Amino acid sequence: MKTILYIIQKEFKQIFRNKGMLPIIFVLPLLQLVILSNAATFEVKNIKFGYIDNDHTSTSRALIEKFNASTYFNVLTDFPSEALASSAMLKGDVDVLLQIPHYFERNLQKEKYNKLGVTLNAIDGAAAGVENVYVTQVVQRFNQHLKIELIQTSDQQIQPTIIETIPLFWYNKTLNYKTFMVPGILVLLVTMITLFLSGMNVVREKEIGTLEQINVTPIKKSQFIIGKLFPFWVIGMGLLTVGLTLAKVIFNVPMIGSLPLMYLYTSIYILVILGIGLFISNFTDTQQQAMFIAWFFTVIFILMSGLFTPIESMPKWAQVVTEFNPIKYFVEVMRMVMLKGSGFTDIFPQLMKTFFYALIMNGLAVWSYKKTN
Amino acid sequence: MKRFIGFIKKEFYHIFRDKRSLFILFGMPIAQIMLFGFAITNEINNVDIAILDHSKDATTEEIIHKIAASKYFSIKQIIEKEADIEPIFKKGHVKAVLNFEKDFSKNLRKENKATIQIITDATDPNTANTISNFVNAILQKYQKELNKDITIAYQIVPETRMVYNPELKSVYMFVPGVMTIILMLVSAMMTSISITKEKELGTMEILLVSPLKPFQVIIGKVFPYIFLSIINAIVIVLLSIFIFKMPVQGSFLLLGLESVLFIISALALGILISTISATQQTAMMISLMGLMLPVILLSGFIFPITSMPLPLQIISNIIPAKWFIIIIKGIMLKGVGIEYVWKETLILLGMTVFFIALSVKKYKIRLE
Repeated sequence: MKTILYIIQKEFKQIFRNKGMLPIIFVLPLLQLVILSNAATFEVKNIKFGYIDNDHTSTSRALIEKFNASTYFNVLTDFPSEALASSAMLKGDVDVLLQIPHYFERNLQKEKYNKLGVTLNAIDGAAAGVENVYVTQVVQRFNQHLKIELIQTSDQQIQPTIIETIPLFWYNKTLNYKTFMVPGILVLLVTMITLFLSGMNVVREKEIGTLEQINVTPIKKSQFIIGKLFPFWVIGMGLLTVGLTLAKVIFNVPMIGSLPLMYLYTSIYILVILGIGLFISNFTDTQQQAMFIAWFFTVIFILMSGLFTPIESMPKWAQVVTEFNPIKYFVEVMRMVMLKGSGFTDIFPQLMKTFFYALIMNGLAVWSYKKTN
Repeated sequence: MKRFIGFIKKEFYHIFRDKRSLFILFGMPIAQIMLFGFAITNEINNVDIAILDHSKDATTEEIIHKIAASKYFSIKQIIEKEADIEPIFKKGHVKAVLNFEKDFSKNLRKENKATIQIITDATDPNTANTISNFVNAILQKYQKELNKDITIAYQIVPETRMVYNPELKSVYMFVPGVMTIILMLVSAMMTSISITKEKELGTMEILLVSPLKPFQVIIGKVFPYIFLSIINAIVIVLLSIFIFKMPVQGSFLLLGLESVLFIISALALGILISTISATQQTAMMISLMGLMLPVILLSGFIFPITSMPLPLQIISNIIPAKWFIIIIKGIMLKGVGIEYVWKETLILLGMTVFFIALSVKKYKIRLE
């Protein structure tokens, strides 16, 4: 026990002696949490909108006015010609282009029906889908307005059948994106810091040559590993604490569930990450190699975690792959407990999977660490 | 010059001797691009939902059938009472519950109106909103069928044309993004580490007393990585063309030149990082912790920049990746030439010059 304490002391000293590292460990992640949580939103706003009005009548102007009044579209540009409009689209100055045909008003009055050209930049397919919905909504509202303005007595109407839908958004009535993203990004930062630090740690001693010195001491394998990993575990828990505080104070993220449950889960989760880090460290000869591997898995873990893109939409094989992604479970648990107030029995499956993951990874790490080369 | 070439040769040997790193350097981009091209999508499909049907009549059955038949939803559970909603949400089993009112058919017949509640787990606002919209769209189609005998007067129908990506493939969005992340991080990280490594191991001193000029040392160290990154870029472009059928509408030459420019800007950033860090650990943490999330989040790779709050839109301008993504999307998907992306190119060029100038200024010939 005493030996472990000494190693822990040594490791802490090493971490805190490196003044350049401290801001990177604590300030950089929290700064990113505060700043980048604002960036992560799938909302589509401030759509760059342009139009070509070939009709120049009060109807066409009224339609454009409807788009102008909508909060989604901005920067209304009037293009005198098709060529100029498509060039602006190529440049990326316009994402939605409305083309009002010649004789728009006249044909509408005559045939009571008319078409309208809408061109969307669809490179971001998801955004284009949303933009399409917005355009349709504005046009539908305009149709309604037309009916009232232009309806004639001859247009006798029968009452149509309506199925009314009432959308209810539970747990996040205002559809606030930060509520969703802050816990997720906090998960990432805790994971990245603990993984990178632990992944580089042992291999660093190997590279500098000090590991040999430790290996000739009577320290046991398990003592050494516990001593190495404990400080990072503390750092991870510390980051979580500061991050949760910031989430509450700055973003007012609700914390409906139990905090002790959150800490219980995180304490096991960090063990998984530390195990992975140590395993990588044992398997590599240089810090450079260790970091490439850690980086490789981090990017995959992040993008396949359901943090930014939904897991259900992935193909079946990819969903199977996500079962091995620890970040996935952490993101799920964090959002469930904090935002929905899920309890111990709700997160029990995730908790158990994480627990076994921790056992396996640390088992592999201890097994692969050899005192002799 | 001969000495310099000899030095570059030595650096190449260094890299090629380390088989494991080499494997990672080339394997990583391939694995990532495959995974992201095939697996990552921000479309919403197969959402698990539950049904709470208080009416259980022919009409609700028909609607439920229509919803089950769409590719967006799969019905996971039928529940019997309101009290069951909360527990299944808390377990995370379903994302939405459709709640049909009592006497649905009867209301529809007698009052021409019936109501469905769409209760969504809005912890994920995007999914919640999309589910609502999709259910609405399905119901509207159904209403049209019910009302097909009634002609609606004065209709303007938008005819939508999706350009540059008519099939709305999300891979078109992700391939340029992944290419950018890989080039950025690999180039910046590799250079910063390889220079600090010499510092940390003490071999930098030896290099500096050699007859090579300091800038030759730096260029010599960077050169092999330019080479490796270019090969990576070529591999990524080939994969995206042959596997993901990404078009390259514009000129390959321009795409190549722009990629080289971006690689050099990332390498320059790596040199800058190495001048401010003493150990490999610091260099890696700065390039990984400092670059990874900002590059993913602020470059327009996943999230639209125009929707961000104004201060972040301004900050996004200093991320070189943002400009590169605009450029390669322009060349690959829109088929534009330099006349459309000269502004972005100049910005990247300016950033590169700035990084290099700053590193030259910070670079100390004598180490402490």
